[in-house]
Amino acid sequence: MSKVHVSATVNGDPVEFLADPRESLLDCLRDHLGLTGTKEGCGTGDCGACSVLVDGTLLCACLVLGVEAEGKTIGTIEGLAQGHELHPLQRAFIDHAALQCGFCTPGILVASKALLDQNPDPTEEQVRFWLAGNLCRCTGYDKIVRAVMDAAAEIRGA
Amino acid sequence: MAKDDTHAYRLIGTRPNRPDGLDKVTGRARYGADMALPGMLHAAVLRSPHAHARITRIDTSRAEALAGVKAVITRADLATGQSGEDWNLTENTLAGEVALYDGHAVAAVAATSKFIAQDALALIDVEYEVLPHLIDVDDAIRPDAIALRPGSADASVPDGSPANVVKQIEFGHGDLDAGFAAADLVREGRYLTEATHQGYIEPHACVAQLGADGKGEMWVCTQGQWYIRKMCAAVLGLEAAQLRVTPSEIGGGFGGKTTIFAEPLALALSRKAGGRPVKLVMSRSEVLRATGPTASASMDVKIGMKRDGTITAALCDFRMQGGAFPGAPVDMALFCALAPYKLDAVKCIGQDVLANRPKAAAYRAPGAPMGAFAVESLIDEMAQELGLDPLEVRLKNAVREGDKSSYGPTFGSIGLVEVLEAVKAHPNLSAPLGPNQGRGIASGYWFNHGGETSVTVAVSEDGGATVSVGTPDIGGSRASIALMVAETFGIGYDDVRVNVVETGALGVNEPTHGSRATFASGKAAVISAKAAISEMCRRAAADWGIEPEAVEWIDGAAVPAGPNAGQFPPLTMAEIAAKMGETGGPISGHPEVTAEGVGASFGAHVVDVEVDSETGKVTILRYLVVQDAGTAIHPAYVEGQYQGGAVQGIGWALNEEYVYGRDGRLQNTVFLDYRIPVASDLPMIDTVIVEVPNPGHPYGVRGVGETGITPPLPAIANAVAAATGVRLRHLPMSPPKVLAALKARG
Repeated sequence: MSKVHVSATVNGDPVEFLADPRESLLDCLRDHLGLTGTKEGCGTGDCGACSVLVDGTLLCACLVLGVEAEGKTIGTIEGLAQGHELHPLQRAFIDHAALQCGFCTPGILVASKALLDQNPDPTEEQVRFWLAGNLCRCTGYDKIVRAVMDAAAEIRGA
Repeated sequence: MAKDDTHAYRLIGTRPNRPDGLDKVTGRARYGADMALPGMLHAAVLRSPHAHARITRIDTSRAEALAGVKAVITRADLATGQSGEDWNLTENTLAGEVALYDGHAVAAVAATSKFIAQDALALIDVEYEVLPHLIDVDDAIRPDAIALRPGSADASVPDGSPANVVKQIEFGHGDLDAGFAAADLVREGRYLTEATHQGYIEPHACVAQLGADGKGEMWVCTQGQWYIRKMCAAVLGLEAAQLRVTPSEIGGGFGGKTTIFAEPLALALSRKAGGRPVKLVMSRSEVLRATGPTASASMDVKIGMKRDGTITAALCDFRMQGGAFPGAPVDMALFCALAPYKLDAVKCIGQDVLANRPKAAAYRAPGAPMGAFAVESLIDEMAQELGLDPLEVRLKNAVREGDKSSYGPTFGSIGLVEVLEAVKAHPNLSAPLGPNQGRGIASGYWFNHGGETSVTVAVSEDGGATVSVGTPDIGGSRASIALMVAETFGIGYDDVRVNVVETGALGVNEPTHGSRATFASGKAAVISAKAAISEMCRRAAADWGIEPEAVEWIDGAAVPAGPNAGQFPPLTMAEIAAKMGETGGPISGHPEVTAEGVGASFGAHVVDVEVDSETGKVTILRYLVVQDAGTAIHPAYVEGQYQGGAVQGIGWALNEEYVYGRDGRLQNTVFLDYRIPVASDLPMIDTVIVEVPNPGHPYGVRGVGETGITPPLPAIANAVAAATGVRLRHLPMSPPKVLAALKARG
């Protein structure tokens, strides 16, 4: 199957790649652009490890075709920190020991940022329901929820 | 949180940031599937669609002819003539004459792209003769059951046993008849648990390269690089020393990554493709269909109790299927099931049974959650019947140091009574409960493993320390080992770097399993640091012209031991390190040990649930984990182990199960259908770390990783019984089952 040329913006940078029409955005990010921070846990949109922002919308990159990225603006975990300056969520996850194996962490951070961008003061219940699409098998979510609530408070200046 | 005040540790017990935290929050950490090499091929695996079928013909010629296909392998490409577990591993890696379960690998392809490899699978022609299958453990031991793998039973199985029993275990002590006769109440019950999967979020992945000269390399997500090196060598007929295995960061394991599944396929494909590297990444459905779930269990328990709650006798008769191969953890289930109780009369019998399911792998405290479900449920029931507080019954019968355990050995220092007392004192026990709500409690037990351990602690030129360990870091062990090494040297936590290294860098290490990484690698690292300190004291003594015995190590520096040794200013680690090239060469410590002095860990959980009488849904309202850590080196990651274990147990108790169709095929092969707990299912998980130091570890560490999954199954069953008056003896307590039980109650 002949490949399709795709132009997009990823983490603020212009990118181009050739996508097999069967390839997911996740595979294109990982295999063509070297952005392996976005993880594949299931390939069926159930685990959230591949959470990315496409034109500001939180999506599972495994459920988007690479060719659909044409002209889109995409945000991945690699774009969360500004140089050495970590996003408050990233710092909170380290401070709270909110990761064990760390495999779900990129997806949960991207999803959490999407939450705080639209709701800077979520309740515990709102955090839990927002993150219900992001599976973590190590932590039992306790420290993750605390980290997100803490980062939200920091961003609000509370 | 009880802290042992007799030790004034500088760093141990603090909560610094983990050394690998930055990599893991920025996406930089490299896991199994994150590796790519020049010239790399991509693998795909053809799997049996049948639960049990004879393979009458495989023709790979059409697949081989597809442009871009570089290798196709079948069983003929693996080693022959093995026996024992090596044979089982080979049989599981690729089916030989018979496919033994739905998802059993039959052939594999390496091609220049993932799509070509996938397309090639459809061109492999396989003819099957479908055979009758067995899924349920009790069906598999019926007298008329077909024999799945005749000749698989070992010498422990008595003549005349059912055909699919491959191992039998029996132990106990005391006079069981007298014990039951002395009881005021004797009750028995049958308890069933379904198979569950470890559910790590990272699928198995590796990049492997193997030449015709038998030399190879592999990058792989594994809990134990040496274990899988040995296993791959056996399956492929290689010399283990010629394989170099580098562990990637690991996206969860829980026991399921201590063994091999597809790794030998990647190596064999590489060998057949002229030595080009081959990447193999499993899909989630391959993980669920073909990698180690745990066993399913059918368990009979009989207990005798006096009116005051004293247990007079206990009998356990457990059967577990661990798939089409020996290895169901029925032995460990029985060792742990009655471990919290001091018993004068006990007997345990277990059978390991074959069925047409994937080969079981270890899953966090293998076997112990099932055994606890059976025993802790029945004890709760009997306490209720006698009008006794279930916590007091557990305290009354609790094992203490010096007691003979239910499985034989005498307990050393243990903390069960301290755990139960901490439970008693916790405010969750007095939280008010509403209608349809109930509280359950249960105890649990797991061991701590020592095992082969090789570590190097090297003093760096600037006075820091580089620690090489062989145990992959799954939940913060780099941090805990760095804390112990820094504490021992008297230097800063940030002055220590802990690296997880490949098989060429150290002697053989057992995996990160058996709750051993912080215990065994940590203990070996402390011994190494002490060896390096001795050498630094010797260098200081030489510099000062005094005897080495006249030098001691205080706060990161060599100092004269008392006024008689002479007056010299302290020589810091940095000062000694800066000159080590001219004072005798590099300074490091490097023990090779089989770590001893393990410290087992008891825990108890208290859970409050609400049961929806219209839907049968069970909601967790409150959850408390209390567990003995010995010494909590990094308390945040100890809490993390407690919380994670509890939530895996919650999933097992309420949702998770392998669902098979009548055709013997697994029906729930994606996370949507194999539903593990999500954030909105849960409350915060409260923890109390009890610290009864383990005298066998320099800082008192016990294994903490596994005990936490043991109490949740019975604790939740006990809470559901308290809320509804209905006792569920078959997990999971999913809404349909709970609803049916409520309807039967009326």
